[in-house]
Amino acid sequence: MILRLAFRSLMARALTVCMTILAIALSVALFLGVEKVRTGAKASFADTISGTDLIIGARSGSVQLLLYSVFRIGNATNNLTWESYNDIAARPEVDWIVPISLGDSHRQFRVMGTTSAFFERYKYRAGRSLAVAQGLLMDDLFDAVIGADVAATLNYKVGDPIVVAHGLASFVAHDDQPFRVSGILEKTGTPVDRTVIVSLRAIEAIHVDWQSGAKIPGQSTPADVIRQMELEPKAVTAALVGVKSRLQVFGLQRAINDYPQEPLLAILPGVALQELWQIVGIAETALIAVSGMVVITALIGMMATIFSSLNERRREMAIFRAMGARPRVILSLLVLEATLMAAIGAVIGLALLYAGLVVAQPLVDAAFGLWLPIDPPSLRELWVLAGVVAAGAIVSMVPALRAYRMSLADGMMVRI
Amino acid sequence: MDSDTSILSLRDVRYRWPGRASFALDIADFAIAPSETVLLLGESGSGKSTLLSLICGTITAQAGSVTVGGTDLASLSAGKRDRFRAEQIGLIFQQFNLLPYASVRDNVLLPLRFAPQRRARVAAPQEEAHRLCTTLGLPEEAIAAQAGTLSVGQQQRVAAARALIGAPPLIIADEPTSALDAATQATFLELLFAQARANRSTLLMVSHDARLAAHFDRVVQMSDVTSTLQGAA
Repeated sequence: MILRLAFRSLMARALTVCMTILAIALSVALFLGVEKVRTGAKASFADTISGTDLIIGARSGSVQLLLYSVFRIGNATNNLTWESYNDIAARPEVDWIVPISLGDSHRQFRVMGTTSAFFERYKYRAGRSLAVAQGLLMDDLFDAVIGADVAATLNYKVGDPIVVAHGLASFVAHDDQPFRVSGILEKTGTPVDRTVIVSLRAIEAIHVDWQSGAKIPGQSTPADVIRQMELEPKAVTAALVGVKSRLQVFGLQRAINDYPQEPLLAILPGVALQELWQIVGIAETALIAVSGMVVITALIGMMATIFSSLNERRREMAIFRAMGARPRVILSLLVLEATLMAAIGAVIGLALLYAGLVVAQPLVDAAFGLWLPIDPPSLRELWVLAGVVAAGAIVSMVPALRAYRMSLADGMMVRI
Repeated sequence: MDSDTSILSLRDVRYRWPGRASFALDIADFAIAPSETVLLLGESGSGKSTLLSLICGTITAQAGSVTVGGTDLASLSAGKRDRFRAEQIGLIFQQFNLLPYASVRDNVLLPLRFAPQRRARVAAPQEEAHRLCTTLGLPEEAIAAQAGTLSVGQQQRVAAARALIGAPPLIIADEPTSALDAATQATFLELLFAQARANRSTLLMVSHDARLAAHFDRVVQMSDVTSTLQGAA
């Protein structure tokens, strides 16, 4: 009966109670939402590249190799010679290998030379393949496939011309050999979205009239002539490698790292991604801290609500005392009430989160390439919910102890 | 009156409210016999509320003894005093003090929740609550209604039913008719007296209205009870 009366008491103060519960629910939804975004971002980050067993480049640091080969950030300290590339490609452990050639740019976006195998082998988000949203993959030597962000930012359509600049932030353009947008890729949420992809041969083609990083004055080979040329690269920036058996990964990595002809580095993408995530982990911590503060603020709000309601409830508490309730019953009722409000707030917050996820998931994926999975609450999330309920009970002790003291002082003769 | 045979006895009681040195309540001897109905008359500020708090055990005398049903309240711990009050005393307040959001039935049954012996005296609590309400003149449809939705007269009947349920030996009524008109007062008192007699309960009513005197076995002036009284309570 006491529980029923406590519930009816809550109902009698429905508006205040609902506002408090709503504040807790929104805080919980925000906290869990931030958690979802954080874990989603982490998962998306870890899934930037999948299905690739090794990334090979000139010897530097593993994070640096990952940054320039996958994220298109920074530059390679050296290249991987075409002989070494072919030598590695011919090793019996290698199932497939995709070359990557970086160095040129278009506006603020990197240009990447590769082979058609890239579209087949590059996987992201648990094995998803690249897909063309508009147009086709490269057919002609001077065809370019652009990522979704490139198309959106520069408002490019299939058939638009693209002039590649030599190097990064260079004023010298390969304007004598313009490309044509043959296809636009679907949004992936990976650095591919911000990449202009051309064939490896095209990278060689636009440098036919170049020597030592500068255009040869007065020389301009016609495009049709270039198309007939044997365009074999002398070096590539990096290579993505798949092995026949996972058991051979470490052996091949060791062999490449000890490659005698030139200093090379082979990295496991997953391990390097984890290392890189740890570097950006401080932002993750800050995000958790901010959302945690939101929950704490809501709980303090609940405590303030209970405090403000104490005076108007002195008669109610005096009635319970007059009927024989001990002061600790009064204390228990208030703690129970706060716990109930926190629990309802937590459950509504969880429901709000999932409702928000259902609505936002496709929008966030389309806008940011960030995939927010709609999974059952994780153990961590359940602990967070339990923590909110427990914290609600704990903070309510402050007004509850005041009510306890008031009920002792008022006895049953309170007149308000 | 011998304290051994009385249901309520106060001997050489002294109480001062903490922080209020100007007020002191001293009662040399005051006792009520079982089944007696007593009207305690006193003006506002005469110490009636303090006296009721002492009898109910929510405050304890700094000297002397307050005995209810043969038990000295000072000998009980705070928790046991709460339980004892719930078991032995039915309370009716001037402002009714019902839980407005709870049903009439839940309000009436509330004291039984904290008083196992009192509850044990009621074989069927729901039916007893219903009987008391109807006997005291509440319409059937009001019993399931929220107490806060009833008229003043109906609320006072609910308060009386709550005090009477489980037949506590002592019923204390603090100005229970002050909010009622004369006709309703008389009806209410008749019903209350009838139920108190049926339960063999003792009734101590505190009021400033001397017109009620005719209804009681004994009328006591607050000034006759208190040997020294200063200030207000």
